[in-house]
Amino acid sequence: MSLRVDWRQSVAFTGTVIKYLAVAMLVPLAVSIVYGEDIVTFLASIIITVTVGLVLERLDDDTQLGPREALLLVALSWGAVAIIGAIPYLIAGYGTESTLRHPINALFESTSGFTTTGATVLGEISLDRHSHAILMWRQLSQWLGGMGIIVLMVAILPEAAVNGAQLIDSEAPGPELQKLTPKIAETARLLWLFYLGFTVLLVVLLLALHYAGLAPNMNVYNAVAHGFSTLPTGGFSPQSESIAAFSPAVQWVIVPFILVAGTNFALFFFLLRDEFGAVLEDREFQVYLGANAGLALMLWGLLFTGSAPPLDIGGVTQGAIENSLRQATFQVASLLNSTGYATSNFAKWDDTSKAVLLLAMFIGGSAGSTGGGIKIVRWLVVFKGIRRQLFTTAHPSAVKPVRLGGQVIDEDVVQAIYGFTMLYFLVFGFATVLLALDAGRVGLELTVFEAASASIATVGNIGPGFGFLGPFGSYLEFPATSKLLMIFLMWIGRLEIIPVFVIFTGAFWNE
Amino acid sequence: MYVVIVGAGEVGSTIAASLADTHEVAVIDIDGQRVEELMYETDILGVAGDGADLETLEDANVRNADILIASTDDDETNIVTCGTANTVTDVFTISRVKSAKFLRTWQQSSRAFGVDHMVATNLLTAETISRVVGMPAAHDVETFADGTVQMAEFEIPAESPIAGQTVREADRYESLTFAALIRGDDVVIPTGETELRPADDVVVIGSPESVHTFANEISPGVEGVRNVLVVGGSDIGYHTARLLQERGLKPRLIERDHDRARELAEDLPGTTVLESDATDREFLEREHVEDVDIVVSTLDNDEKNLLASLLAKRLGAERAVAVVDSGEYVKLFEAVGVDVAVNPREATAEEITRFTREHQAENVAIIESDRAEVLEIEIDGDSTLADRPIRESVANLPEGVVIGAITRDGELVIPRGDTVIERGDHVVVFVDTDVLEAASSQL
Repeated sequence: MSLRVDWRQSVAFTGTVIKYLAVAMLVPLAVSIVYGEDIVTFLASIIITVTVGLVLERLDDDTQLGPREALLLVALSWGAVAIIGAIPYLIAGYGTESTLRHPINALFESTSGFTTTGATVLGEISLDRHSHAILMWRQLSQWLGGMGIIVLMVAILPEAAVNGAQLIDSEAPGPELQKLTPKIAETARLLWLFYLGFTVLLVVLLLALHYAGLAPNMNVYNAVAHGFSTLPTGGFSPQSESIAAFSPAVQWVIVPFILVAGTNFALFFFLLRDEFGAVLEDREFQVYLGANAGLALMLWGLLFTGSAPPLDIGGVTQGAIENSLRQATFQVASLLNSTGYATSNFAKWDDTSKAVLLLAMFIGGSAGSTGGGIKIVRWLVVFKGIRRQLFTTAHPSAVKPVRLGGQVIDEDVVQAIYGFTMLYFLVFGFATVLLALDAGRVGLELTVFEAASASIATVGNIGPGFGFLGPFGSYLEFPATSKLLMIFLMWIGRLEIIPVFVIFTGAFWNE
Repeated sequence: MYVVIVGAGEVGSTIAASLADTHEVAVIDIDGQRVEELMYETDILGVAGDGADLETLEDANVRNADILIASTDDDETNIVTCGTANTVTDVFTISRVKSAKFLRTWQQSSRAFGVDHMVATNLLTAETISRVVGMPAAHDVETFADGTVQMAEFEIPAESPIAGQTVREADRYESLTFAALIRGDDVVIPTGETELRPADDVVVIGSPESVHTFANEISPGVEGVRNVLVVGGSDIGYHTARLLQERGLKPRLIERDHDRARELAEDLPGTTVLESDATDREFLEREHVEDVDIVVSTLDNDEKNLLASLLAKRLGAERAVAVVDSGEYVKLFEAVGVDVAVNPREATAEEITRFTREHQAENVAIIESDRAEVLEIEIDGDSTLADRPIRESVANLPEGVVIGAITRDGELVIPRGDTVIERGDHVVVFVDTDVLEAASSQL
């Protein structure tokens, strides 16, 4: 292996990934045929995508990627997929009033979809302005991004399985690669099967509610669309009122699926093997459930006692037990797991309640889940590391490994987690300042709270923030420079910062 | 019984010596001179050669042996020896190993490696230490009848409330029997009038609670061990800390080597591992050694163990237990201030001897390296004790036998003169080694 990074290999492989993206476009194409709209848009998109993919693929036919090439491939392919994914928006928006006719908006929406962020610049979300097919592509992009495009490639492409462990490690959320089976391709396939299974289950349940008369507007289109965005903790909805547009029954059904999406998928593998003990004893899982329940209770108390202003959506009255419990549970699950759905316009709640939600945004889902953010396991290691630090200050010669549920965490991993967490907060802080400066430059009114929420909502792949970028709002008003910054934040956030940052270092390219 | 022992080191020789009186014993060792010496000291058949060599085993007439004991210093040799013997005969094999890893494998399947009974030296030593730590004033603690009965040996301190009292005066403990006093080299079977003198070792048998109560009263001030310091992360140190933390204590363990300290810290979640030299006085002071209830030295070197123990005691540690590799230093250690010296080889030899004796008894404890034994026996119709009051049967037994405790259907029965022992009872008896043979045939 040469010491130089063989970028041609990475680009060629990115071509393969793009080629297969065309296959995914068959889904919106089918939708466009059913509804008779935008057929040309998707036919053209597919032709462009396949052509670009094939051309790039010709650069190199060696599939043996080195570790650095693999890292480059992961970073590149996510950028490339976001760009290619914007093509249907541009074609469909051409010559219309759609906000997506502008390339930066199209790229923002596409990146937000694939990174499962769910922040939108669509403006008015309605089937009157956008075709069923375009909105379905928006939903589907999240589903593809959720479990990971690369994981999917490893699952289906034998040539990707060669470097599978390296590739998945760079892409999958969480500090350590967890192999469930001896063959990495088998592991990737299992993960995707669980993912697909839960998606189908949710769609079936939502339809069942619809046909039982408990969810009047949850038709086939809506059920599939929300299946596509719940399991990846995406947050897009073809409804402008997000989940608030549906009945309480629908909202209650979606909560457990958000929780499933934020759970380490390896645990479902243990369940499948009847190892309930391994699931119940998993420390991250315990803390994950505890964090969701604790914050939900805290928020419930705030909403129930009415310290929050009237819950303005869905005819809510203060002090209503079911309503406040549902709002609290749903919003905490949604923001903690980086989904970004809303059953109420929480951007209009009081500051105390919003503070609880902001805290939830910094927690994140579990490792090995589709949830974004810092993630429970990292917080656990950081807290235990701090406790160890305090102990060794008093007992300088003590040797204390950091342990998680009895399992010792390697010192290298502990260091990497400190590094990641520090970097995460640095990125969050810098981005907040840059967004505030940029807004000030163009005279956009943006409070510090809003700027901070925009920063964490994009780097954490959460979606909605507070103020005008709340769950029923839009990122449309931001200047193009801010949008570009946020596109970058979503990209690095999805790949957990380091794989992207590393390709910008000299050490990566040096011989 | 015909017993073949492979390895004439400290362990092999000790076992040979304790078995030779009552059994036929052959000892194999690769060192011919050593074998010859042993033949002069003890009444055994000596065979020079490699125990793992079938020919040598045949020379020792292994085909006629009832028990083969592999007790060399090398784990693999011992295991292979057992396996080799098994190719020609189904002799009962006992293997000594140091490392607990072989023990774990052996426990997975009956007769793994062709070994019928395995004794892991390091683990055994750690178990001995952990028992002593549990009862700080005791030199030796053993349990019988599934834990219903405990035997313990204590040295009576001069300041003890029972020092100078007669047995009758001191006998105010429920369900506790004063089985014997070890006075110098003598075993004294106490009567009501026997005086308990300071520096005597007293052997008591009874319920675990009563033994504990007795232990606390005999030497006030050493009860309630909470703060244990283990010095040295050897295999013995590791197992000791592990057993203590399993008991709910939070021991501290000092290990000098960085990598080993890290390894121990990873394996022992309930133990605080400190990376330092245990003879670093400043460090010990900083870690408040003066608050330590008991310091356990398990370094790989006898001299360092002595040094570490004495230093810790000098800095205020309440008591010290030390591992002594050389058997001849045990007395010396205890003379200069180490409270209990534990010799792994002696512990191993005792355990193996005990196991071979268990062909007759359920469970055996050996007191003061073979001065006396405590046996657990299930009573059948042939026993002198069966179906009659103890007062009557004692007259038929040789002097030097004390009935310590009786368990009937798992319940403790305190033996008194008029207690009638029934068939099926488990009886824990103290027996002076001098009358062991005579007593064994009657019990």
